[in-house]
Amino acid sequence: MMTTPEAADPPAGIHSLWRLRGYLRPHVAALSIMAAAAVAAVGLTITIPLVTKAIIDGPITDRDLGALLPLGLLALGLGVLEAFLIWVRRWVQSNAVLGLETEIRHDLYERLQELPMSFHTRWESGQLLSRATQDLSSIRRFAGFGLLFLVLNILQVTVVTGVLLHLYWPLGLVVAATTVPVVWLSMRFEKAYVVVSRRVQDEQGDLATRAEEGAVGIRVIKSFGRSEHVSEQYEAAARTLYATSMDKVRLSARFFTFLEVIPNCAVVIVLLSGAIGVGKGLLTPGELVAFITLLLSLVWPVASLGVILAMAQEAMTSSARILEIFDIEPDIVGGTQTIAEPRGHLRFEGVEFAFPDSDEPVLRGVDLEIRPGETVALVGATGSGKTVLTALVPRLFDVTGGRVTIDGVDVRELDLGHLRSLVATAFEEPTLFSMSARENLTLGRADATDAEVEQALDVAQADFVHDLPWGLDTRVGEQGLSLSGGQRQRLALARAVLAQPKILVLDDTLSALDVHTEKLVEEALQRVLADTTGLIVAHRASTVLLADRVALLQDGRITHVGDHRELLATVPAYRDLLGSDADLPVLEDEVPA
Amino acid sequence: MTTETPEIPPETPPEVPVDETTSWRGLAEVDADEAAERMTAGTLGGGSKRLLRELLAPYKRAIQVLIGIVVLENAARLAIPYLVKEGIDTGIPPIREHDDLEPLLVIVGIVLVATITQALARQLFLVRSGQIGQDILFEIRRRVFRHFQALSPAFHDGYTSGRVISRQTSDVDAIYEMLETGFDGLVTAALTLVGTAGLLLFLDVKLGLVALTCGPFLAWLTMWFRRESAKSYKVTREKVALVIVHFVESMGGIRAVQAFRREPRNQEIFDDVNDQYRRANLVAFRLVAWFMPGIRLIGNVTIGVVLLYGGYRAYHGDVTVGVLAAFLLYLRQFFEPMMEISQFYNTFQSASAALDKLAGVLDEEPSVPEPTDPVELSGGVGGELRFDHVAFEYVAGRPVLPDLDLTVPAGQTLALVGTTGAGKTTLAKLATRFYDPTAGRVLLDGTDLRDLRTDDLRDAVVMVTQENYLFSGTIADNIRFGRPDATFDEVVAATTALGAHDFISAMPDGYDTDVANSGGRLSAGQRQLVAFARAFLADPAVLILDEATSSLDVPSERLVQQALRTVLAGRTAVIIAHRLSTVEIADRVLVMEHGRIVEDGAPADLVAGGGGRYSELHEAWLESLA
Ligand SMILES: Nc1ncnc2c1ncn2[C@@H]1O[C@H](COP(=O)(O)OP(=O)(O)O)[C@@H](O)[C@H]1O
Ligand SMILES: Nc1ncnc2c1ncn2[C@@H]1O[C@H](COP(=O)(O)OP(=O)(O)O)[C@@H](O)[C@H]1O
Ligand SMILES: [Mg+2]
Ligand SMILES: [Mg+2]
Repeated sequence: MMTTPEAADPPAGIHSLWRLRGYLRPHVAALSIMAAAAVAAVGLTITIPLVTKAIIDGPITDRDLGALLPLGLLALGLGVLEAFLIWVRRWVQSNAVLGLETEIRHDLYERLQELPMSFHTRWESGQLLSRATQDLSSIRRFAGFGLLFLVLNILQVTVVTGVLLHLYWPLGLVVAATTVPVVWLSMRFEKAYVVVSRRVQDEQGDLATRAEEGAVGIRVIKSFGRSEHVSEQYEAAARTLYATSMDKVRLSARFFTFLEVIPNCAVVIVLLSGAIGVGKGLLTPGELVAFITLLLSLVWPVASLGVILAMAQEAMTSSARILEIFDIEPDIVGGTQTIAEPRGHLRFEGVEFAFPDSDEPVLRGVDLEIRPGETVALVGATGSGKTVLTALVPRLFDVTGGRVTIDGVDVRELDLGHLRSLVATAFEEPTLFSMSARENLTLGRADATDAEVEQALDVAQADFVHDLPWGLDTRVGEQGLSLSGGQRQRLALARAVLAQPKILVLDDTLSALDVHTEKLVEEALQRVLADTTGLIVAHRASTVLLADRVALLQDGRITHVGDHRELLATVPAYRDLLGSDADLPVLEDEVPA
Repeated sequence: MTTETPEIPPETPPEVPVDETTSWRGLAEVDADEAAERMTAGTLGGGSKRLLRELLAPYKRAIQVLIGIVVLENAARLAIPYLVKEGIDTGIPPIREHDDLEPLLVIVGIVLVATITQALARQLFLVRSGQIGQDILFEIRRRVFRHFQALSPAFHDGYTSGRVISRQTSDVDAIYEMLETGFDGLVTAALTLVGTAGLLLFLDVKLGLVALTCGPFLAWLTMWFRRESAKSYKVTREKVALVIVHFVESMGGIRAVQAFRREPRNQEIFDDVNDQYRRANLVAFRLVAWFMPGIRLIGNVTIGVVLLYGGYRAYHGDVTVGVLAAFLLYLRQFFEPMMEISQFYNTFQSASAALDKLAGVLDEEPSVPEPTDPVELSGGVGGELRFDHVAFEYVAGRPVLPDLDLTVPAGQTLALVGTTGAGKTTLAKLATRFYDPTAGRVLLDGTDLRDLRTDDLRDAVVMVTQENYLFSGTIADNIRFGRPDATFDEVVAATTALGAHDFISAMPDGYDTDVANSGGRLSAGQRQLVAFARAFLADPAVLILDEATSSLDVPSERLVQQALRTVLAGRTAVIIAHRLSTVEIADRVLVMEHGRIVEDGAPADLVAGGGGRYSELHEAWLESLA
């Protein structure tokens, strides 16, 4: 049940990792130091056995005690130097690699904030989160460890093989020949592994989504007593992940084992023919010891190649997953114009809108004009497209036909920040964050003064915030869940008012208010709306009365515009929507005509 | 955290002291996470040790077998240098002297066997240990998820979903990383250490003792690392949780973020937590940057000393060249796994910090516990709901319901109206046992809710909340959430009764339309209808509707009400609403204010009585129509 659209299986090749190379640029110096230190350390790892050889063949065999001390000290010194070089590499690396991770995460977050609503409704947030955490760690691991050792291990294998060839070429040749199966196996492994690791990563994303739903939806789950059901679903997903992970385990077990076997086979052959060689006087015992020491020193680099290649593969899939997001161009980008003296003249001209994945348009040619300072109520049945229409003004969505203008300028030509400073919306679902009440209020205007905050709170009748344990500094629970529904709505309303927009959009914002509070809010709003252009989505007659005119949205068009009473009297569809409030059976006779 | 929290200027410099950067978070009673932390003191607290033991318990046998396999594998691996020595010392002379290949061939044959044994054992080990690791991981996931599900809403109120997710993703990942490299690294390394140490002593006692003087240094270094890294990984876990919390919340509220141009400020906060995370990681990485080369330094110095001393003794003929060679090979093998151990140790420290966090969560008791001695609701649920002098407060000292005494007879439809913040939702949450009252009792059919099993209670009482969350999946899935075994016809019957069938059928895939990320594909009213349908399908004895129709237009609401009228016949219902049109189907109306019931009666009576709050409400509502 994956709803995340997969980019048609992008080849998770090296090129996706390569495309992220830009992030390495600031760390080029560090990376060079790192590489140099690593190469030098490998050099030392190779040299130390050679010193051993010198000691065995020199002081011991030649009975020359004087040479032992300097050679021994040399080995000691080289050992210390090696440790120091490892320290340098790790020290430098930690900075660079963490910098890399942090920067990609920064960019990812930035891009996600830019991507329009149409993207966010489509993508499950668990998938986004797993990219920002798990995928980034795997890239970090590869960049800091895998990449370097991939190169180093190959380098070490090559150099050691070279040295072995030099020491005694026939045996060296044997060792060189073993690289053929290693390379062949690695290539096959890569191919199989890429598929499995991509699946594991996607399934982890799925699981993250389920974890999130289990957390965010906890209240619904509880009120239906469906914890068991949800847990089973989660476990099913975890079991899928389990199965895939086991595939991965089996695959790598086979590969890792082979990688260890191959150098060991080389040891067998070398020992056999080397010993014969020594017996026949073709090489010295010291040479054979050095040869085998060096050969055994290849076991780890070759065996760990498995882990490293797996790491590389994971990093490639991860970067492909991240690039999937970087590759989505935000299709809502700002224009360049600004309105010097905005008046808030809002016009919808033949506005059409259809969601990309449905063929039925929601809006089919909306024409509506709201003059500066005027307030229009938007009335329509559930699902008729009122919210969509209001979302077109701050360009949360873009029209698919026609245009929306403010003071005659198409909103698509306006600078996006500027546009969104002109329009403020109080959404039907008050989106609050687990931050202080003040931070939630000043979302749209960080520089609001205390007096302005007070004023906005006053309009929204939201002075209850002062009664919270720490007043405005109280942390509002996640989604404002520590507040009552009406309190949340009033905070969201105060937030929109505080933004001091030219155009104020209220999307059914008073639905959770009791009649009494609603009345107070409406009175206060009236003052705000006096010189602000208003678009108010309403279900209740009381709210409609805030407006100068009412527009009826039907079948994707504005079919009637007029005054509440006039519409009540003349438009049956309107009477159905708002008038029926008035025909409560019990109280029928009391309703004024 | 300080109480004076000034507005942060929008251009906060990156180097902001912790106090200031967190001021946007605001103040809360207790940070749930901090609370959970306190319970697990120190490094690898008691809770996480116990958890680890519990997790490993079922695999005792398997682990023993694994250790056997590893012993075999390592024996084979360790034999190789020894066999090399044998090959040189005893295989070569016969060739030299009389071209006799046999001793060498025997030895090489043994090496071959050793190699094959090692390979088979290794393969077996990797698969089995991988499986155990995955089993454990699955078990952790399962437990943690279920435990989060079992914890009360009160816990979730403070903990935030971001943290819940962080526990289940990044903490579990840390454990995964350990399990992946864990067994392997640790067991192999420990065995190699012990095995090699023994072999060294066996080969040559004096030389062996010299080589083993490195032990105390290794121990000291490891202890230092353990202490420091435990601290630093704890911080890392906390910081990554901050990153995740902020990430999840800003993606969840992206509509408001974009509409209010919150992006720059969000980016700032994100950069800050991101950077804090980076710095925490940096500390951990730097510790490793000391630790690993430290181990290597000790190893290399040991090799140097052995070389000098061994060379000296070889010179005097006290040891053979073969022994010296084997010694050096073994020392190399001794320190190679030391690197692995330290690598493992590193992931282990990170994992145990994560384990601590998880153990902290698992130790958290639900504040509404399951009864130890549950009472059965015999003979079906009648549906009488009684609040017996109930008092409730979310925050100590701030009572929301001071003293509520109320009986809703079985089958009654009760409407609850009142100012926002009066405590209506709170009352509903007490009836569904989201919280337990601070004082007094809530009773269903005369039984205290605290004595009912949660499953029984949830079957009997269902609430449609103000926030109607939809899960990813199809519309039908979401409706079936109320009763997973409902047939398609039953689903359609429910939606048809509620007037939702038409809009659902008009969707591209009808009932199989994916609702997209938390219902993003539906309008708010449509979401309410779906939420309603699932309550409908659940068909409980007591139905609580908390402003469940607030986003519907009046005709839709009317349809819902008609459906309710048939469904509610014989059931107890509590309807919380503001619109009098919603209230009209009630038998009885309660008006609440500041947690108290100020009026109680049949709607018509209350209006007729005049002067009361309900009639005031009614007046106000009439006015609004004028
Ligand atoms: N992201 C989406 N993808 C596809 N269809 C959508 C999406 N969001 C809303 N819709 C559909 O668009 C229509 C209008 O929705 P909306 O404007 O929210 O209605 P309302 O008038 O109740 O505010 C609804 O039928 C809804 O199902
Ligand atoms: N989780 C919570 N933590 C702290 N206070 C809360 C919490 N939930 C609600 N409150 C407070 O309790 C009071 C009653 O809320 P509620 O019952 O939701 O009111 P309503 O009557 O509007 O449904 C409000 O003042 C609200 O701020
Ligand atoms: Mg809407
Ligand atoms: Mg409420």
